[in-house]
Amino acid sequence: MNETVSLSLHWADWVALFMHYLSLSLLAIGGAISTVPEMHRYLVEQQHWLSESQFTSSIAIAQAAPGPNVLFIALLGWNVGINSGGLLSGLLGALIPMLGMLLPSTTLSYLAARWGHRNRELRAVRAFKLGMAPIVVALLIATGWILSSAQGEPGEDWRLWLLTAVTTLIIWRSKLHLLWLLAAGALLGWFGVL
Amino acid sequence: MSGEAHARPDSLRDLFVSFTLLALQGFGGVVAVVQRELVEKKRWLTQEEFLEDWSVAQIMPGPNVVNLSLMIGGRYFGLRGALAALAGMLTVPLVLVLLLAVLYAQYASHPDVAGALRGMGAVAAGLILATGLKLAAVLKNNPLGVPLCVVLGIPCFVGVAFLRWPLAYVLLGLGALACTLVYRKLKP
Repeated sequence: MNETVSLSLHWADWVALFMHYLSLSLLAIGGAISTVPEMHRYLVEQQHWLSESQFTSSIAIAQAAPGPNVLFIALLGWNVGINSGGLLSGLLGALIPMLGMLLPSTTLSYLAARWGHRNRELRAVRAFKLGMAPIVVALLIATGWILSSAQGEPGEDWRLWLLTAVTTLIIWRSKLHLLWLLAAGALLGWFGVL
Repeated sequence: MSGEAHARPDSLRDLFVSFTLLALQGFGGVVAVVQRELVEKKRWLTQEEFLEDWSVAQIMPGPNVVNLSLMIGGRYFGLRGALAALAGMLTVPLVLVLLLAVLYAQYASHPDVAGALRGMGAVAAGLILATGLKLAAVLKNNPLGVPLCVVLGIPCFVGVAFLRWPLAYVLLGLGALACTLVYRKLKP
């Protein structure tokens, strides 16, 4: 993080931060990651609360860390908080955007799921669940493909692609624990095999 | 849908701890771990139920795995279960990611660390692919029939993986088409 940002946030700024995420929440169809461009516009370009490198590294760390990727929102806010003071505002910065991002979407999802469960015999509800199945399966495979292609060209980085292919086969066909494979991937990478 | 005997979480604490452990194993994609642990090992859900919940989690706004944890928790203990699962999914990983952010500045440029992360990324991609392949087996019982499922699935895969269509269009376009086709096949 070469450039440093220092600022002082007032309570009105925290409210604005909360409102910003509140307004993004219901737009995040397909996951929080689809609202990243808008967050970048707001946090980096408009408010200058984060540096460019803080923004990108927050997303990279959350992707590499265990747990849901949505935690990148907590990291972005954490860095905003750190830029404006100490640990306490860092924690405030981590929690406020998460709350704003999750409150509307989780409420809606919970109510929709409850409604769907109560009306599961309705023809429309059954049609929705059965009809979405092939689409959702194809989406999972597409997501796996996108993650694979993010690591480079098959010709050049064939070892990474091979590792992905072998992992796919092992998980698909055996009961081996996922953590063994992750550990094997980490070790192979650590010792420069990949 | 199927007559298999269901296991279920013992308590709210069981839900919280289970989801914490799931989240901590999820590098790159928690959904693969949820499917493996909750469907195949603990048998809290059948493959069909998992796919149903995941469909709803996808179509709703917000992070998919967060929605998924909410729904699975809600299946057993209502709102309290939903909140316990949600808290499990987020609390400990949040603390961990903040600690990692503090460490990151010091070790990010270390080549061994970067290599290990690349290796884990390649494995994570394989986990998601395998989850998709496993759930594809459920389509055998779909009223659309396997050929039509494949016909609908291929443009979805190509559109998202190669043409980078926005997810919302795929879900609303192809999803609506698929649902309409099933609707017409189901007896009123």
